[in-house]
Amino acid sequence: MSEIAISIKGLYKIFGKRPKKMVQYVKDGMSKADLLDKYNHVLGLKDINIDIPAHQISVIMGLSGSGKSTLIRHINRLIEPTDGQINAYGEDVLSMSKAELREFRRHKTSMVFQKFGLHVHKTVAENVAYGLVVQGISLNKAKEDSHKWLERVGLDGFEDYYPAQLSGGMQQRVGLARALATDADILLMDEAFSALDPLIRTDMQDILLTLQQELKKTIVFITHDLDEALRIGDNIAILRDGEVIQQGDPQNIILKPENDYIVDFIQDINRSRVIRIKSIMQKGQSVKGPNFHQNDVLEDVLPGIADGSNHEANVVDDNDTIIGSIDLKRIALAMARPAVEQTSDVTYK
Amino acid sequence: MDFLDKFPAMSRGELRDFKKSVDGSFSEFTGEYGEAIEVFFDPLLYFLVWFEKLLISTPWPITLLIVGALAWAGGRSIKIATGAILAFITIGYFGMWKDTMSTLAIVSVATLICISIGIPMGILMARSKVAQALVTPLLDIMQTIPAFVYLIPVVMLLGIGKVPGLIAVCIYALPPIVRLTKLGIRLVSKEASEAPDAFGANYRQRLFGVQIPLALPNIFAGINQTIMMALSMVVIASMIGVAGLGVPVLRSISNQYLALGLLNGLAIVALAIIFDRVTQAYGKRLQKHQYGDHS
Repeated sequence: MSEIAISIKGLYKIFGKRPKKMVQYVKDGMSKADLLDKYNHVLGLKDINIDIPAHQISVIMGLSGSGKSTLIRHINRLIEPTDGQINAYGEDVLSMSKAELREFRRHKTSMVFQKFGLHVHKTVAENVAYGLVVQGISLNKAKEDSHKWLERVGLDGFEDYYPAQLSGGMQQRVGLARALATDADILLMDEAFSALDPLIRTDMQDILLTLQQELKKTIVFITHDLDEALRIGDNIAILRDGEVIQQGDPQNIILKPENDYIVDFIQDINRSRVIRIKSIMQKGQSVKGPNFHQNDVLEDVLPGIADGSNHEANVVDDNDTIIGSIDLKRIALAMARPAVEQTSDVTYK
Repeated sequence: MDFLDKFPAMSRGELRDFKKSVDGSFSEFTGEYGEAIEVFFDPLLYFLVWFEKLLISTPWPITLLIVGALAWAGGRSIKIATGAILAFITIGYFGMWKDTMSTLAIVSVATLICISIGIPMGILMARSKVAQALVTPLLDIMQTIPAFVYLIPVVMLLGIGKVPGLIAVCIYALPPIVRLTKLGIRLVSKEASEAPDAFGANYRQRLFGVQIPLALPNIFAGINQTIMMALSMVVIASMIGVAGLGVPVLRSISNQYLALGLLNGLAIVALAIIFDRVTQAYGKRLQKHQYGDHS
């Protein structure tokens, strides 16, 4: 496992007049509904434990009301937790003074918002320079320094436009450039692409993935869209009613859902387009048949396997070394919707 | 059944003593501090007198040019600028030039005072719930209490003159700028004001960099309302010795001069319309970035 960038331990958030007192009730087993009925407090987050690895995209997903936007705002303390610990690169975020917290937000984290959060009275260039201006750099210098990020998101030539003159996708590229301009290690993206059309959303995901290959930031990405989560996430945590119900490798979540809620959740996805052959291969010996890359999805390999005489293929890594094999049976089993209890005798991975 | 028929009020004697003691203690306060308070307001008086003299002594063609230029600068509209100049020419032609200049002076100074007190107050109210809870009822009182009621203590304290008139105008005209500043800041979208926090802006950076610029259209609506209300107080202010268009209006009420009252009343209306159109047009120009205006 790679280095842990952000570690969240035993995090609780309760909204109401006396949240501190309510934490104990929840720890003693009171449910969200009871807490609301009896004490009129809302349980936002319950015993969250997540380790977010550095230099990867970690997706936190859940439906509306699951607490995902609340959770991401704890990482830069836009929301104060009721109980728990948050560590970022070894620093205890919760013990920071106001001034330390400002420094932390200026240099260590940056954020992209669902509704962009741009400043409509400023030009595109001024918006992108904003994080640097807050750090105390003069506007002209900040504009100069941040200009390369404008170019990187494909907005060269739009410096003097106002946000309202741009389309939604372009506005969010401004938001992304603004977040990247401060060179912060941690990038918090709160439903960053949810307000965009499907096609533009895919474009933005591509931009993000391309940038990430080079920048290797620690990205926490919130979404309610499972396809998006599977497409960009190196790992996924699924949140329901303020609790994490499964987290880990995205392939694992699809192939081994831990409860019915997740089964329901993943039942509508196109499995042949998200399951990678690496996740279902038989390790070891090579077979007669074509070679496919480990990160290819089932859809990519099906025609090649169906054509061949013995319906088998090899799985190779980046160096074209054979690391395992797949056959039609494995693919067919992977395509079937799983139940919570794995009945298959095939063990994956 | 005597109890039900007659409200159990204080006795006549008790009431008289109560009023006497309030009046007495206020007179005492006036005697002790009246002079000090008057001295405190002296700079304001000098400024008001100087500004009024400046407006009156400026040759009228220059004043007309300045009026036209200001109207153009605010509204960027030939119609508004020429309208303003024509209105002033008409006012001058009917012999109301000097009174209009006096009214302009007091309205401008009152507006400046209201802006410099009202905007910080609105900002404070937007920031603190306690401040809001304390100030809101005060604003309600200022807006609804009959002007004559607060004229009594002001006149007792400062006598008759320009400064008490100015204070009366400010009491009436202050609430809208406070309320609309608060509203404007509160209406800044959650995400627009969350972004500065997320990037580590301090309170000052968030306030001056984001919240106030985005609240400006509303703040401007507040300034507009403040000017309108200051103008509408001109007649009442003239009762306690403020020169201007209100004086002939008062005279025409007591002597039943229809034409005099009408002319001066219409002059006040003309001033109001000019101020309103210019500030509204300026406020609209401030907002143009917020819509997809591909200019």
